[in-house]
Amino acid sequence: MTPDVRVFVLDGNTGGNQDGTAPEAGSARVPSVVLEVLGQSFGVAAERGARSRRQTWLDTFDWRLYRAGLELEYEHAARGGRLLLTKDKVPQAEQPVDNWRRDRPHLADDLPAGPVRDQVARLASPRALLPVATAAGPVSVTRLLNADGKTVARLVVDHPAVTRGGQTVSLPVRLAISEVRGYPGQARKAARLLAGVPGVDAAHSSAFLAAVAALGLHPGAYSSSVHAEITAQMPAPVAVATVLLGLVDTLEQNVDGVLRDIDTEFLHDLRVAVRRTRSGIKLLGDVLPGSRPYAPEFKWLGDLTTPTRDMDVYLLGFGTLTARLVAASPADLEPFRAFLVRRRAREFRLLTAGLRSARFNTLTGHWRKVLLEAQGPGRKGRQARSTNNGSWVLTADELAVARTARVFRRVATHGAAITAGSPPEALHDLRKRCKELRYVLEFFASLHDQAAYRKVIGDLKQLQDCLGEFQDSQVQREEIQTLADAMLAERAAPAATLLAMGELAANLVQQQAEARANFARRFTAFAGPAGQQRVRDLLARPL
Amino acid sequence: MNIYATYNIKGGVGKTTAAVNLAYLSAADGCRTLLWDLDPQGAASFLFRIKPRVKGGGKALIRGKRTLDEAIKGTDFENLDLIPADFTYRNMDLLLGNADGKPTRRMARLLRPLADEYDNIFLDCPPSISLVSENVMHAADVLLVPLIPTTLSVRTLDQLSEFVADFTDHQPKVRAFFSMVDRRKRLHQDITAKLSAERSGVAATPIPALSLIERMSVERAPVTSFAPRSQAARAFRSLWDEVSDAKPA
Repeated sequence: MTPDVRVFVLDGNTGGNQDGTAPEAGSARVPSVVLEVLGQSFGVAAERGARSRRQTWLDTFDWRLYRAGLELEYEHAARGGRLLLTKDKVPQAEQPVDNWRRDRPHLADDLPAGPVRDQVARLASPRALLPVATAAGPVSVTRLLNADGKTVARLVVDHPAVTRGGQTVSLPVRLAISEVRGYPGQARKAARLLAGVPGVDAAHSSAFLAAVAALGLHPGAYSSSVHAEITAQMPAPVAVATVLLGLVDTLEQNVDGVLRDIDTEFLHDLRVAVRRTRSGIKLLGDVLPGSRPYAPEFKWLGDLTTPTRDMDVYLLGFGTLTARLVAASPADLEPFRAFLVRRRAREFRLLTAGLRSARFNTLTGHWRKVLLEAQGPGRKGRQARSTNNGSWVLTADELAVARTARVFRRVATHGAAITAGSPPEALHDLRKRCKELRYVLEFFASLHDQAAYRKVIGDLKQLQDCLGEFQDSQVQREEIQTLADAMLAERAAPAATLLAMGELAANLVQQQAEARANFARRFTAFAGPAGQQRVRDLLARPL
Repeated sequence: MNIYATYNIKGGVGKTTAAVNLAYLSAADGCRTLLWDLDPQGAASFLFRIKPRVKGGGKALIRGKRTLDEAIKGTDFENLDLIPADFTYRNMDLLLGNADGKPTRRMARLLRPLADEYDNIFLDCPPSISLVSENVMHAADVLLVPLIPTTLSVRTLDQLSEFVADFTDHQPKVRAFFSMVDRRKRLHQDITAKLSAERSGVAATPIPALSLIERMSVERAPVTSFAPRSQAARAFRSLWDEVSDAKPA
């Protein structure tokens, strides 16, 4: 990997032709002033032959690489190509790749083995890598020579362009000084000279950022978390409608990824948006006229997605499940895995039919209309402390404090009543209350003191993890029994597979018992005296 | 990583010419390639316009005070790097003799860390029988032996083959090829034709004696780069196709 010592852009020169089109390969020109300045200290010689560069940048739908400060580039070549990973413009890893289909998503885990995959899969898995932007254009390389005529650095001038809506948009011309191994001082010297050329500025953003900006994309814009712009003094109905509108956006943004079955996280994010919406309607719907009738429809939508997600959870965690086997061999479970794949395919067909149905489109369309009406015009500037028919309107902050306190009390009461003899249903029920509390906290997160908020959320998350493990172990164990029956009915269950599934079920019983043993400690940490004080601190408001 | 070494006890038989051109072809094929100019005369370094100087000299490299990695210089060609010669290499025998561990395996140990970085390494040896050449033979996977078509040079090849046959751990494959072949000389024609056919370790491709090859020192570049369609370049391409298949599985 040859590092670029420094990268520059040509000021006020987009590098395109007069008619606005991008230059053809081989027509890249090096500005004469640049050659003049470099020529005072180096011999300069143009590298022979027309060159061009085509780059495609990849990231997950939720911008995991971008958020980690990474850029993943696929550089096209006549034979194969290569993947390059950079962080803050510094190369981290590269690897050649053959048979890369750049036009379709790739699961990070499916990348060929190599240093790029090692770093990327850890961050991106189980998400797919999607092509985010492609830039192409001619490149010229000028060799910088010492007194012996030896190449000691290279000037690489790149004229990239992207295509947007059928139009070619030229990006700023990029000039890079590329180091020749063993001659770092010469490359630094060339970079210093280049920095002094009028009209040449240090490149503050990468070619990737220039490309996505030209395409009108906003890196990092998508997030599955709640990101509503609400203020403390906003009327409560407006705030609730704003939160719920954000959830409809998230839901709709994920539909295409689910239908194309790009990766499992589209469905996961869609389901979380549905669950949050249902909790929003249940806990806050009284301040939002016309919202309650939608609760059954969102239940339908949630139920529609559950079977496919259940299979996804099994398949994603299959390696972990089989790793715990002691008596059986992982190979014994292969028929079970194959059965899960077939079952998922069946459930997925039902899911996609539902998401393409008029019922789904009506639900999201009408729901959005209800929320927009509740938001009303000029929503962001509205203040609640004006009279409305002579009565005070509840503010977003008042609603946040009152509802959070109410849901917390429910969690505290339910949890305190759980003893060693309580049935599993009591813990399942507490898990639901905890989810509601988590959502109501997230809806109004921007209104709280952030330090206090993080403490409460941290403890709550640990309690939820414990309750989740308890319930998931039980559900999975019951599901294994049901699936074993189904496999027997299909005559797809060899004896070794059934025995291995029995061992899985036994492991899950043990896992559930461990979660149960941890419950009291986790609950006390969250809702004991210290935890209650933390919630009081969170909800306290200055007088 | 495959290690090729050009070796002959005699000087002026085309070792450096072969090392430079085969290394260039290896790099042109997309293999990450390194050439170590072990000859204190520094002919390979000269041909790549790289100063024959290594910081700390051969002593620092052999004793491990500097890694080989630190001495590497990029050539003008993609995928092709070079460790330059240094005049102190003339004392390399003494340095190897005083090094820790087995003195005949020192070079192999020094090269080992480069395995991930390079696909092919070429060692251009000075003409001699010495501890340096023994080190090279222990490090190499393939010994490329240029032969002037004479009866005596064939005898040299036999001696070399017998010598490496006694290696107990790692035996390099010996691949000879005829070099500086003058097609106008009957003796050259007879010996190249006879031995290429009779001896399995002798490549079928001869490298002809051509003024264009001598011109490398004027152009300061491999003939395969500045005259890629020439008869000389075609001969080296054909030889590389033959010997690159000779590496052990």
